Amino acid sequence: MSAGLWQQSWRRLRRNRPALAGASLLLLMIVLALLTPWIVPFGYEQQNLHLGATPPSPEHWLGTDVLGRDMLTRILYGGRLSLTVGFIATALALIIGVSYGAVAGYLGGVVDALMMRVVDILYALPIMIFIILLMVLFGRSLLLLFLAIGAVEWMTMARIVRAQVQSLRRQEFVEAAVAIGLPPGRIIAQHIIPNTLGPVIIYATLTIPSVMLLEAFLSFLGLGVQPPQSSWGLLISQGVETMEEYPWLLIYPGIALASTLLALNFLGDGLRDALDPKSAED
Amino acid sequence: MLRFILGRLLQAIPVLLVVITLTFFLVHSVPGGPFDADRAVSPAVMKALNSYYRLDLPILQQYLGYLGDLARGDLGPSFKYPGRGVGEMIAAGLPATAELGFYALMVALVIGLSSGVIAGLRPNSAQDYVPMGLAMIGICMPAFLLGPLLVLVFGIGLEWVPVSGWGGMPGDKVLPSLTLGAGYAAYIARLSRGGMLEVLSQDYMRTARAKGLAPWQVVIKHGLRGGLIPVVAFLGPAFAGLLTGSFVVETLFQIPGLGRFYVEAAFNRDYTMIMGSTILFAGAIIVFNLAADVLASLLDPRVHQQSGGGQ
Repeated sequence: MSAGLWQQSWRRLRRNRPALAGASLLLLMIVLALLTPWIVPFGYEQQNLHLGATPPSPEHWLGTDVLGRDMLTRILYGGRLSLTVGFIATALALIIGVSYGAVAGYLGGVVDALMMRVVDILYALPIMIFIILLMVLFGRSLLLLFLAIGAVEWMTMARIVRAQVQSLRRQEFVEAAVAIGLPPGRIIAQHIIPNTLGPVIIYATLTIPSVMLLEAFLSFLGLGVQPPQSSWGLLISQGVETMEEYPWLLIYPGIALASTLLALNFLGDGLRDALDPKSAED
Repeated sequence: MLRFILGRLLQAIPVLLVVITLTFFLVHSVPGGPFDADRAVSPAVMKALNSYYRLDLPILQQYLGYLGDLARGDLGPSFKYPGRGVGEMIAAGLPATAELGFYALMVALVIGLSSGVIAGLRPNSAQDYVPMGLAMIGICMPAFLLGPLLVLVFGIGLEWVPVSGWGGMPGDKVLPSLTLGAGYAAYIARLSRGGMLEVLSQDYMRTARAKGLAPWQVVIKHGLRGGLIPVVAFLGPAFAGLLTGSFVVETLFQIPGLGRFYVEAAFNRDYTMIMGSTILFAGAIIVFNLAADVLASLLDPRVHQQSGGGQ
């Protein structure tokens, strides 16, 4: 994609109000998550058992939980963790998927057939069940969570990139690069991958919310992030236990999760419309 | 057509074998035996236990033994509940889970299809924006958040329906089915809207209108068939999602189904139960994917001709 096309896409994106609103909310969330340890007045494990669960007050803006911990602090720390999982696992999927897809698509022939057959078989496996199995068997560590989620999400990315690369390979600028004797690794890295960025960006933006949902789902079942750490899924599951007496313990983390997912989805849809005008016509 | 189905069935066998093998060796690679955490038992009892569960044999022999049992439909005894078979426990949970899944799928199809078709008929109008806005919210509202909120409003606040249980009180199946189905209704609404938009611009739709069919006949007879294709293709992955979703919903609403048993088995480290359920879930997902593909190829002959089947 040339600079002119990027500019056109940017102009289309700027006109898309839901996408811009999503991007702004997301940016705010990221800044808050980065600054959390310096802006919150309480520690995320700091308890005040005399206080117990209290509704929102001037001192505790979003109230406190059953152990007297400040909810705003816990939600901010939870967001930090949920966003980290979302971005790192997506980045992992991106690196594996893009390089795998680019190599398969560029080399073609037997190597390509073999590599894509592996993806087909992995695709047919019920991956969610295996992630749960992994978390059950090998403890509930964050690192495993990143690896497990990243290991799942790369496959679609590999397929998208491979299809792109196959069509790019036959274009003149790639033939020119081959003709002047550049090694394949450099052609893939410098000429092929930059040209697949459009669909990759779109898919990555839509992968982040699905990864965050997966983390929240596992934490909700008790298989993900463990207390006293905090993540949105964990906060929601703790909120459910006491929702009859203290509904705000469920509602605030719920709003945080749902609004972030909404922002990411709006941004993803907007990017798709902006970078891939064909799909925006209808 | 028959060749297509047979071919897909044959492809499913190695996948299932991979699933069984992977599950078996994953479960058996966990450090420590299943009885280590329990109170100390005498060596003789331990030996008897190990031999009852075949843990004293080399791993390869255990694996082949398990495969042999599986082929005869025997999933082995439960680690946690001595005297109960895994097959028996699964059979106890299956009816509730199947019923919940069926209702959720109905919720998803009825709400999703009708709102998707309504939105697709008049794109970029209020008739489009309202259902699509709701669908967006549905996608961002996971079952473990939607469920408790529904309970809070309709169970605890308004007291219209019971807050938990399954088949014990009238109306206790409403909230679980809605909770599980809502997210898929949202996806189906978006997919069927897209499908409708694509179909409505085709030439044969203009022909159908030109030959004087009433507008609703055009939509139902010609539009829906094409608009349904992306929805049917989504049903395979949706089934896998419904299954894992049932873990959450059954735990939330205390439904005695497979999903809750699986989560309990996970916490109890009931390995044989985990293995049995994993294999069953995986098999069900593979079979359902196959069924969805067959259905898609019935609706659209192009699908299986492209994938190399053909008549």
